[in-house]
Amino acid sequence: MDYEARGLKAGIEIHQQLNTREKLFCGCPTTLRKFEERTGEFYRYLRATESEMGEIDRAAKEEMKHLRRFTYYAYDTTCLVENDEEPPSPLNPEALEISLTIARMFGMTPIEQVHTMRKLVIDGSNTSGFQRTALVAVRGEIPGGGTIETICLEEEAAQRVQENTFSLDRLGIPLVEITTSPCMHTPEEVARVAGYLGMVLRSTGRVKRGLGTIRQDINISIREGARVEIKGVQELDLIAEVVRREAARQVALLEIRETLRERGAEVPEEPVDVTALFKETRSSILKKAACILAVVLPGFAGLVGREIQPGRRLGSEFADYAKKCGVGGIFHTDELPAYGVTGDEVEEIRRFTKAGPDDCVVLVAASGTKAACAASQVVERAGMALQGVPEETRRMLEGGSTAYMRPLPGAARMYPETDVLPVSIGSDLWEFIELPELLTERAKRYSEELGLDAGVARQIAYSEHVQLFDRAISEGISPGLASRTLLSTMKELSRDGVPVEAIGDGAVIAVMKSVEEGRAAKEAVPGILGSVAGGTPLEDAVAACAPAISAGDLEALIQGIVRDRSEFVAQKGMAALGPLMGVVMAEVRGSVDGKLVSELLRKEIAKACRPD
Amino acid sequence: MTGLSSGDRVVCRYGGVPQEGTYITERDGKAVIKLDTGYNIGVSHTECDLLEKWSPAVPPEVAISQDETLPLLSILSTGGTIASRIDYRTGAVTSQFDAADILRAIPGLSTIARYRTHKLYTILSENMTPGIWQELARAVYNEIDAGAMGVIVTHGTDTMAYSAAAVSFMVESPVPVVFVGSQRSADRPSSDNVMNALCSASAATSPLGEVAVVMHDSTSDDRCAIHRGTRVRKMHTSRRDAFRSIGIPPLGYVEYPSLDVKLSGHAVTRGEKEPGLCDSLEEKCGLVYFHPGMDAGILECYRGYRGLAIAGTGLGHVNTGLIEGLKSLIDEGCVVVMTSQCLHGRVCDRVYDTGRDLLRAGVVEGGDMLPEVALVKLMWVLGNLPDREKATAMMEMNLAGEINRRSLHGL
Repeated sequence: MDYEARGLKAGIEIHQQLNTREKLFCGCPTTLRKFEERTGEFYRYLRATESEMGEIDRAAKEEMKHLRRFTYYAYDTTCLVENDEEPPSPLNPEALEISLTIARMFGMTPIEQVHTMRKLVIDGSNTSGFQRTALVAVRGEIPGGGTIETICLEEEAAQRVQENTFSLDRLGIPLVEITTSPCMHTPEEVARVAGYLGMVLRSTGRVKRGLGTIRQDINISIREGARVEIKGVQELDLIAEVVRREAARQVALLEIRETLRERGAEVPEEPVDVTALFKETRSSILKKAACILAVVLPGFAGLVGREIQPGRRLGSEFADYAKKCGVGGIFHTDELPAYGVTGDEVEEIRRFTKAGPDDCVVLVAASGTKAACAASQVVERAGMALQGVPEETRRMLEGGSTAYMRPLPGAARMYPETDVLPVSIGSDLWEFIELPELLTERAKRYSEELGLDAGVARQIAYSEHVQLFDRAISEGISPGLASRTLLSTMKELSRDGVPVEAIGDGAVIAVMKSVEEGRAAKEAVPGILGSVAGGTPLEDAVAACAPAISAGDLEALIQGIVRDRSEFVAQKGMAALGPLMGVVMAEVRGSVDGKLVSELLRKEIAKACRPD
Repeated sequence: MTGLSSGDRVVCRYGGVPQEGTYITERDGKAVIKLDTGYNIGVSHTECDLLEKWSPAVPPEVAISQDETLPLLSILSTGGTIASRIDYRTGAVTSQFDAADILRAIPGLSTIARYRTHKLYTILSENMTPGIWQELARAVYNEIDAGAMGVIVTHGTDTMAYSAAAVSFMVESPVPVVFVGSQRSADRPSSDNVMNALCSASAATSPLGEVAVVMHDSTSDDRCAIHRGTRVRKMHTSRRDAFRSIGIPPLGYVEYPSLDVKLSGHAVTRGEKEPGLCDSLEEKCGLVYFHPGMDAGILECYRGYRGLAIAGTGLGHVNTGLIEGLKSLIDEGCVVVMTSQCLHGRVCDRVYDTGRDLLRAGVVEGGDMLPEVALVKLMWVLGNLPDREKATAMMEMNLAGEINRRSLHGL
């Protein structure tokens, strides 16, 4: 697709969790828990609050279509603030400082007086029914083009366990939200900018790492299309594909609109009750439904079943809207007969509803109120198809296609968090912020100053062990040993099921030091770390894996081996090195650095071969 | 620029990008602007220029229909926020007291009853006074007299228990008089206001016949407890279930969302009493919270007071150094009632020497009365009975469920 010709415009919102000691508005730690560790449960109902002009935010209203009961898991690491049972603490200064650091890295302007807001979110993911968020800085630059509009500091939402059950461990972890302008015009550019922003965030060394700690929302539109926000793209590799598929979806929806207009398609006022037609059906869903309603869509035949994205049809969009009423999905005549519905039954529906060959009939089956709600949602979404692309918030599906979540939130959803006082950002705070080195610069430095291979230098600079690596270098450990241990050894151990997270930084350094000091062979490092992870004290682990062979003992051992094989050595000369290496290594059981053995052996062989 | 007033449209050039927004207010020398994205920021006044003065739009009037076949309840509001509205343009949250507003904010109410509402006050509950308790008692009585099937009093939670106790003494009620409030602000989608209000309306139409507080029973939205007005206390600063019955089980529960009311056997039921009002109060009464090392000179501040409740330690003690001062107050005509900081359990000044000395000085044992209830009761008793002997005897008698003859309930 020629994206520029299509007028593609895309912007990114990045949400990155911060690795602070405490949460944004309470003293709880920012640690995630296992659901089975919960210490309590409670439940609440959430309600949209009416605004001054009698409006309820459209996104909030959508979530309110049926009254939902939300259950929450509490832990010994959560408190009354997460339970919405206590006013929030003041804005966490550590989180504010990190967000200001990021703002400075992008050359942004900090807000003089930061105000915390309540943003209505009533999908249950916030116990209060709102998310606290504050605009911290505006207007920054992305190298290579593009602008950052804002940085906000906000609280993370609770994690969904299933359906209407949420876990409170994640609620309140500080997040920075970085919003770019819609300045990108190709899928690849979006991926590049997302990658760059992520790199800058990680350069601070103060953000959380791992799956789910960074999420990208992408705003996409094409000419004549509409702004669509795609939530929660976690994998950087998928970003370009998501953009491609959304652009394709909007193109397809515009084509469908044209066809519908040519056919003079329209949407009906009321659905038709067809429950009676399915008394004897073999479709189990339809048979047990209390109410089946048919929505006849004149001029829609063939279009509801048309693919608009891999794995998604216009009918999938209808189904997403219908599901908001609590139904499992819809049936439509573009895909029938199927699912136990016979060709005769389809004919019967068409006859009964007086649907013509150009018309598509959509069926919803549920209790009376749910079916009526779902039918009206189908009518509403079908009406949007006549207009083109609806403005929506969508969620990503596996592979990069997306499903409808809710309308884009209106402006009618923010009001001040009166329990949190505004924070002034004076020049004293702003000017004393230390700017961290970018990971790209760090990688370059490792390569140039430490002599690491460029690939390894980049790997270590971007890895979560970068701080430990710096510490190792400052304590005199060779860059090669440090990078190998941190990048390969730890990963291999972890892959073998060793609980590497149980090994303290100090222990890793100490093990590497014992190698540098000749007390352990570098070959023994995995074994020692494995023992330490299993709970063995460090010194015992070193002693066990590396029987104390002093430099003197090793020299004597090698001398003895060379002497015992003097004929072989005399005969082979330096070529004896290889075979004798094996003999020595077997003797020391791999606990001595092979390089050292080889050096000593070479010396001894040379000595033995030298004519007296 | 200066001269902006709340609601004006402005353009803000902060950070080099002009953004439109609404001027909200001044705060610590900064102009607070609500940007069109919804965020508020505080910036120097020089960053903003006026675009357009604000002319307020009139909010649409939405007519509320009441079902005339439903029982009549009365809602008296004192300032506790039962409903609010948010102005998303400015972010302002305003409390609603008008019947139509309350019914629109809590639509479920209109399926329980029809309502007559009176806004008595708009104050924070810490600013309540005995004078306001009296006005409240008269208003409650008038509503009962005018045929209300039940009366709901919306009230700030901080001193709700004092007001409930005061009305318990001043009003003899054959119908439920239900105090209700909310612990979490009414603007939040998670507020306890809706459930508390619906449960209070259900309790007000129930067979209950006394003054009660109806609030969340647990942190979940599962049910509300009905507490006796003289046995209830706010026991947590912020939790939804802050209100607890002390010394007795709750009078009953209202299940949510079914709104089914279950009353306990000890609840006074509808029609047991004839309506009555006895609204005099003696305001020259005080409550002293004793602590180790308390200076006897403190008691001088109470000279001339007609009643003094003491929250003593344990079984009902103050240090020996205070006894002389208390005796002097009593000799001058003050009624001194002993209660306990333990809140749970009964005072007994006959076990230790200090207690016996207090009794000898003329201190009255307050039984298992809560300290705040003892204060309110002193005001009422002394307001209606000038005779000290009779007043003292009344303080030891159970008048409105405030004293239990038997201690049945544990912690």
